[in-house]
Amino acid sequence: MNPNLQESEAKMPDMNRGKGQNKSYSPFQLGIQRFMKNKMAVASVIVLFLIVIVCVMAPVFTNIDPEETNLLLIEKGPSDEHILGTNGVGQDNFSRLLYGGRVSLIVGFSAMFFTLIIGVVLGSLAGYYGGKVDNLIMRATDIVLMLPFLVLVLTIMALIDKVTIGLFVTIIALTSWPNLTRIIRGTYLSLREQEFVLSARAIGATDFRIIFKHFIPNAIGPIVVNATLMMASYIIIESGLSFIGFGIPKPTPTWGNMISEAQNIRILRNHPHAWIPPGLGILVTVLSINFIGDGLRDAFDPKSNRR
Amino acid sequence: MDAANDALVKVKNVKKYFPIKGGILKRTIGHLKAVDDVSFSIMKGETLGIVGESGSGKSTLGRVMLRLLDPTEGSIYFNGTDISHLNRRKIRPHRRDMQIVFQDPFASLNSKMSVAELIEEPLIVQSSLTKAERKEQAIEIIEKVGLRAEDRLKYPHEFSGGQRQRISIARALVTRPKFVICDEPVSALDVSIQAQVLNLMKDLQDELGLTYLFIAHDLSVVKHISNRVAVMYLGRIVEIATKKSLYNNAYHPYTQALLTSIPVIDHGQNDIPRKTKIKLTGDLPSPSDPPSGCTFRTRCPMAHERCSLERPELIEKDAGHFVACHLYTE
Repeated sequence: MNPNLQESEAKMPDMNRGKGQNKSYSPFQLGIQRFMKNKMAVASVIVLFLIVIVCVMAPVFTNIDPEETNLLLIEKGPSDEHILGTNGVGQDNFSRLLYGGRVSLIVGFSAMFFTLIIGVVLGSLAGYYGGKVDNLIMRATDIVLMLPFLVLVLTIMALIDKVTIGLFVTIIALTSWPNLTRIIRGTYLSLREQEFVLSARAIGATDFRIIFKHFIPNAIGPIVVNATLMMASYIIIESGLSFIGFGIPKPTPTWGNMISEAQNIRILRNHPHAWIPPGLGILVTVLSINFIGDGLRDAFDPKSNRR
Repeated sequence: MDAANDALVKVKNVKKYFPIKGGILKRTIGHLKAVDDVSFSIMKGETLGIVGESGSGKSTLGRVMLRLLDPTEGSIYFNGTDISHLNRRKIRPHRRDMQIVFQDPFASLNSKMSVAELIEEPLIVQSSLTKAERKEQAIEIIEKVGLRAEDRLKYPHEFSGGQRQRISIARALVTRPKFVICDEPVSALDVSIQAQVLNLMKDLQDELGLTYLFIAHDLSVVKHISNRVAVMYLGRIVEIATKKSLYNNAYHPYTQALLTSIPVIDHGQNDIPRKTKIKLTGDLPSPSDPPSGCTFRTRCPMAHERCSLERPELIEKDAGHFVACHLYTE
């Protein structure tokens, strides 16, 4: 028996009258309250917020162009003008750290956004309509999942001359939408059998209304949680690909590009100021995003226990 | 039963078979006969109770009648219109006249919507009322079902089971339907609250002139609210009669068994003669592989040879009292 059923009806009005007559929280507000109690997640929000602010407002903190080369200042150590020294072509490391963070965050966020759109649309269609539509979309996800990600990305990058940020984001989104699509479809399949969906059908609600008013609000927990965690993994993918030289091409600063300079053993040994900050940048950003994702999962999907 | 003039709902030879798929190619290898050739009608303003064990097809029947499921065969007439083959768009205007209250008040309300959103949603879908008019109608119905107008800003998780069921009822009634299917609306509630909700539904019926199809799994709840009662077994109606006739003079062995299973405190005032006490043994046979002939014969103490050969049809034993049993066919 559901424990909530045990509450006698006579007791309820008293409770309402007692405390907080005007206080009535929506499930979303309750989720935010639960999230706020998670210290790790809140700290991560603050840290991530600071990182975003610093990267977005990069011109305030440095007035050196991150792409400007200066052959007279190659691999210099930290100085007053160049706080983190300069790299192999004389670009300022500090400036590249800030502007590179921008690129990494933009890549992570926009790839997540695109994946989200593809995933929600296809997942909704598959999960809501089922049958042939579902079959078609699920076979498409199978095919995309079957392709080896790294080989595919390397091939595409090798074929294309000039990889821009937009193109890079598109490639990531087009190769990684199936996971989210499957999660959304799975959530819908379980929602579809619930009586409140039948109830919406019984009043004659349109498919559009049922999807937007009944399915998405009830699936928002898994969607948000997975989108957040995906963003972290995209940042890592960007750095990983940049590190092996198949990411966003060199003059553009990214954290991955900066670390890739440490492939040189001399820089690795003698210039830790050149590669530790971008490494820390990736670590702290990804860690914060993951903590936020975990916090969101605990807050909005209380049934799933902490893993 | 066929005084069809003031029948609001008429169900004619309705069947609902669910295909059973199997094998690698997912071919249909059989059918689950959830509802098998059911006919009856419901008069304006009456309550027809439908009783049966779990798996007897009573909920499926309710869902087919509202076209939440499509019937495999047969027709459903609502207010004289055959709605059994209307497409989704054509059936939409009819939906404001027929509604459903579900069993589980925790599953049938979208927990992400406030009470106001839940109750106004049918109006948004079904009418072109302004926001203020919708609010006014919602408040009116909220107060009718015994909640307070300020409750409309709350969310379902703030209510108990009985109060949630009141919200469900308000949602079902806000478009002022003529016909409401109550799919075990009190089964999930505490006994003390069951009576409150049943009385509320009865009062609303009188006030708004509603017609109910009341689905339940035991005869005691149905007795309280119904005018007529139909007993279902494995997708078929085995007995249908007025409440008085059914409770005093049940013909079908299954109905008799259900009646004797109602716990009674005072035997002296009990209508059922003690000698007819029948104990049911065994489980409901699988609806995908029902017994031949009379589907009840495997559990029937009075079964004889003919029961396995021939399927009994509903016959009118007394005026308005129909029974499908070979004991009463000569």
